[in-house]
Amino acid sequence: MTLEGHALAIGYRDRLVGLGLDVALAEGEVLALLGPNGGGKTTLLKTLLGLLPPRAGEVRCAGRALASTSIRERAQLLAYVPQSHVATFAFPVETVVLMGRTAHSGLFSRPTARDRAVAAAALKRFGIEHLAERPYTMISGGERQLVLLARALAQEPRFIVLDEPTASLDFGNQGKVMREIRTLSTAGHGVLFTTHDPNQALRLADRAFLLRAGTRVTDGPVRTVLTRENLEELYGAPVGVLTDAATGQTAFLPG
Amino acid sequence: MTRSALPGFAIALIVLLAGLALAFTLGRYPIGLGDVLDVLAAKLTGRAPNVPGAVENVILQVRGPRVIAALLVGGALAVAGTAFQGLFRNPLVSPDILGASSGAALGAVLGIYFSLGVFGIESLAFLGGLAAVAAVYLIGTLVPARDPILLLVLAGVVIGALLGAGVGLVKYLADPYNQLPAMTFWLLGSLASTNASDLVALLTPVALGTAVLVALRWRMNVMSLPEEEARALGVPTGPLRIAIVAAATLVTSASVAAAGIIGWVGLIVPHLARALVGPDFARLLPASAMLGAGYLLFIDTIARTAASIEIPLGILTAVIGTPFFIWLLASVQRTWS
Repeated sequence: MTLEGHALAIGYRDRLVGLGLDVALAEGEVLALLGPNGGGKTTLLKTLLGLLPPRAGEVRCAGRALASTSIRERAQLLAYVPQSHVATFAFPVETVVLMGRTAHSGLFSRPTARDRAVAAAALKRFGIEHLAERPYTMISGGERQLVLLARALAQEPRFIVLDEPTASLDFGNQGKVMREIRTLSTAGHGVLFTTHDPNQALRLADRAFLLRAGTRVTDGPVRTVLTRENLEELYGAPVGVLTDAATGQTAFLPG
Repeated sequence: MTRSALPGFAIALIVLLAGLALAFTLGRYPIGLGDVLDVLAAKLTGRAPNVPGAVENVILQVRGPRVIAALLVGGALAVAGTAFQGLFRNPLVSPDILGASSGAALGAVLGIYFSLGVFGIESLAFLGGLAAVAAVYLIGTLVPARDPILLLVLAGVVIGALLGAGVGLVKYLADPYNQLPAMTFWLLGSLASTNASDLVALLTPVALGTAVLVALRWRMNVMSLPEEEARALGVPTGPLRIAIVAAATLVTSASVAAAGIIGWVGLIVPHLARALVGPDFARLLPASAMLGAGYLLFIDTIARTAASIEIPLGILTAVIGTPFFIWLLASVQRTWS
């Protein structure tokens, strides 16, 4: 089962953002989307999620054209983890996670005992069951990101799409959240995330897609795609490389 | 229900019962609480009450319809305010934000201007409210915007201003000795002339609109998230927003048609309810309805008893609402983020 975009033109009613994009994500695979700000990363995510119709081309998920699915069917296939945000209402964490169950219930129904069990399991999965009763507005940014991951898991989708999952997190939480994202794929989910850090992509993703000014620079396995040359072309800026002599692992430095 | 919501519901219930007790006992003809309970119990069981006929008459014929009207109008305005605040993710939103009240006001003054009967006035008020919201929604649909909710709110302000000008024009043209006072009093809000047939006209739309909102309570929780997030969770936000706006407008228009313009209730009460039972609409809607009903019973009792003439409800709610609103502005950062 795959999530694919074919010959996509992406953008809004009055503004074309990207053109000629082919993206594919398989179950159990982690794909990192890298590129400069304003290059169309978020627009591409929203198009692949069916939140924004493609201007041309087609998004297919599990063999079906996304345009022919209902909002509810889409939510059973695709989960979206937005950038960690401040909520309007002080819902308890448990309720926020339960919202992930919405696509599995009828229009007028409330969460069932089974929904609560799934939500509790998702909280436990990320080790945050102690937060269940706390208001979502009163927990830390790292905890909020884990709650949104738990919500995505409770949604029981095939693919999870994350928009800069570590953008507002401190160093320690970045590592924690990224490790959890990696484990999602071992459980069989296809994972797509955007990041500004090539090292995250190198350590945690199977493949990378480099997007600049709405067009593909290159894509493929992280070891072949994430090179100094490609990154310098992607960001239009010099990039330094560190290589560990013992293991051969590399890390990139900006500037 | 977790334990934490129970004290909140207890407070809302106490407010409601206290409002009921005051509304039945206080007035130009004071009645003891025991007599009130005796008459109501007698009415329910079908036996003859143990109080004089005059007392029974005051309770059942004079205060009864007015108490029920206050319950329905207060509850309806609070429920509509709760729905709108959730839908627009904004604490400073009230049931008249989309022009429902101004549309209903124009309909009512037109009804008075053309010397229609009570039923005609209320029907026009009702149609005016629905038409105003439909116009606002049409603007929101036709004008392309990145932020559809902000566009709706702005369209509501603009349409409301236009309708306000229409009300001004009708008042200017009206007969200053008969029609103008009637319009002015109606616009200030009052439950004084409510009778049994008004209650039926009020109950049906209020029950219908509230039933829709209660049925969608879980979806309303999800819709208080950012639009795209709610859609990614499987909620068809477009059609549901229309359903929620229509239901909330229905109850607002019915209230305005029955009692005139009573501002502030739909703004203040949802906040108090949220403070008591939390933001989950499954609890918030009933708590809001109870508090709104109790609150308007208090206000209406003051309106009847504080002075030798009736004080218009709109004036009382504004006097209480303004300081509350200022407090809200000062504390909104704390409670909403």
